[in-house]
Amino acid sequence: MQIAVASGKGGTGKTTIATNLALSLAPEGPLQFLDCDVEEPNAHLFLHPTLGEEEAVNMPVPVVDEGKCTACGRCAEVCAFNAIAVLAGHVLTFSELCHGCGGCVRLCPEKALEEEAKEIGIIQRGNRGNIAFVHGKLKIGSALAPPIVEAVREQARRDGLVIIDASPGTSCPVVAAVKDVDYCLLVTEPTPFGLHDLDLAVQMLAKLGLPAGVILNRAGEGDEMIEEYCREKGLPLHLKIPFDRRYAALYARGSSLVQEYPHWRGAFRDLMEDIEGRVGK
Amino acid sequence: MKELLVISGKGGTGKTTIMGSLAVLAPNKVLADCDVDAADLHLLLQPCVEETHEFYGLDKAVINPKLCNQCGICREVCRFGAVSEDYRIDPMDCEGCRVCHYLCPQEAISLVEHRSGHYYISRSSYGPLVHAALGIAEENSGLLVSLVRQKSRELARKLGAQYVLTDGPPGVGCPVIASLADIDLALIVTEPTVAGLHDLKRVLALTEHFQVPAAVCVNKYDLAPDKTRELAAYCREEEVEVVGQIPFHQGVNRAVTQGKPVVEYSSNPAAAAIEELWHRVKDMLDKK
Repeated sequence: MQIAVASGKGGTGKTTIATNLALSLAPEGPLQFLDCDVEEPNAHLFLHPTLGEEEAVNMPVPVVDEGKCTACGRCAEVCAFNAIAVLAGHVLTFSELCHGCGGCVRLCPEKALEEEAKEIGIIQRGNRGNIAFVHGKLKIGSALAPPIVEAVREQARRDGLVIIDASPGTSCPVVAAVKDVDYCLLVTEPTPFGLHDLDLAVQMLAKLGLPAGVILNRAGEGDEMIEEYCREKGLPLHLKIPFDRRYAALYARGSSLVQEYPHWRGAFRDLMEDIEGRVGK
Repeated sequence: MKELLVISGKGGTGKTTIMGSLAVLAPNKVLADCDVDAADLHLLLQPCVEETHEFYGLDKAVINPKLCNQCGICREVCRFGAVSEDYRIDPMDCEGCRVCHYLCPQEAISLVEHRSGHYYISRSSYGPLVHAALGIAEENSGLLVSLVRQKSRELARKLGAQYVLTDGPPGVGCPVIASLADIDLALIVTEPTVAGLHDLKRVLALTEHFQVPAAVCVNKYDLAPDKTRELAAYCREEEVEVVGQIPFHQGVNRAVTQGKPVVEYSSNPAAAAIEELWHRVKDMLDKK
């Protein structure tokens, strides 16, 4: 079963929930953790896995054979991403804009373009006890996160539990992280920002046809607006974690809620049982 | 005219909260929200929308089943896996590269306009605001960000504004890169946590990569003073100025909950620190 943790708004506690869920369930058996927030992957800071070698994630980008090129301009014309221009009889490629669609290479009448692999990020595997860990990192200066997210998800095991930590937002990198999962947990906070972005995330999951439940983090003042929203939308509000300066302090130093306050383990195990009941697996 | 961009790398460090107050403090400015897939600045500034425009991303490919003979070429050439076994193109997977359109021997694939969102020009009590809403689960956020930047700059020129203040998206990917183009100063809002420091390093590498001047503000600095010292030490090493340290204060959350910028809500230590932050940022911008 694959469970994704997403949020809409950043910094609501996705990684806190995903890592504490993993740490709570790990004593019961092996599971896999995929950190798909490839722009700012943070889960390793809380799970402390031993990490293996970095493996490059490449994208094919065009290179020009000047000997064959007649500067006809067809490549620039077909490129939808403005990643090729012809200037003063020379083809210029802008690999940072390239989406790797291969159009220019296939459509060049002189066969003057070839593809070469460009590194746009890495994935890295690791372990900590029963947790098999994978994360991806977008290379600084590269724009395209979804191919890295997909490379991380390709590592998913077919059997057993897979927990996926997604990036904030509701656009393509998040869609790549949550697509086809069995259940999605949405983490929010009791503020107008939290509510507004929760609603965007709920709309995204509805569009993808995925079942979802809500976790309210830093609960306290303002909980009613999230509770009311969940009631209105018929969404389960699985868990509330109160705002507590002690919790903020242990997060700050890379420690985990369930390690320092083991009574929370039960809450995360109950959450898992609740999800299993809903998904029917 | 000087352009300030507020970014953070890590989400939820307080970009929008701080931006809401800078919007109150800065004179003669145009405001912009480039966090187009989870835009929140309007919740603080409560603007009145004056113009709504449609945003079209790249055209999407569509197969005409009457012309298609299911030869399989489109399925073979599509790098995004957007063509299904029964020869339909999933608009969520189609990136609009048009390769299938060019290579279909039956000329069965056409391109259709695809509305990916909206952008707005609004009036707020603090000045004009250019903001946007990317459609749910849409692509091309970078294009929409560039459009918001372009419109805010045009508006600032037209009005003779002194500053453009832009709230940026989290992360280091496509929308952030689009936000950084031609910015005079990137104000990076971080928090004193292991994740805050980790992500600050990545976002500083990004501003350096694109040669955008950067300054750092530590939000809720007193929640973990040792981490704040670590952040400050890192900034010294990188020769990046720490231009603000904002204490944790319940008044900040209460202001946000009531949809008000902190500096307008009440006088508290956090509001005072944001005022101080603005003066330092303003000096840096004016010197450029």
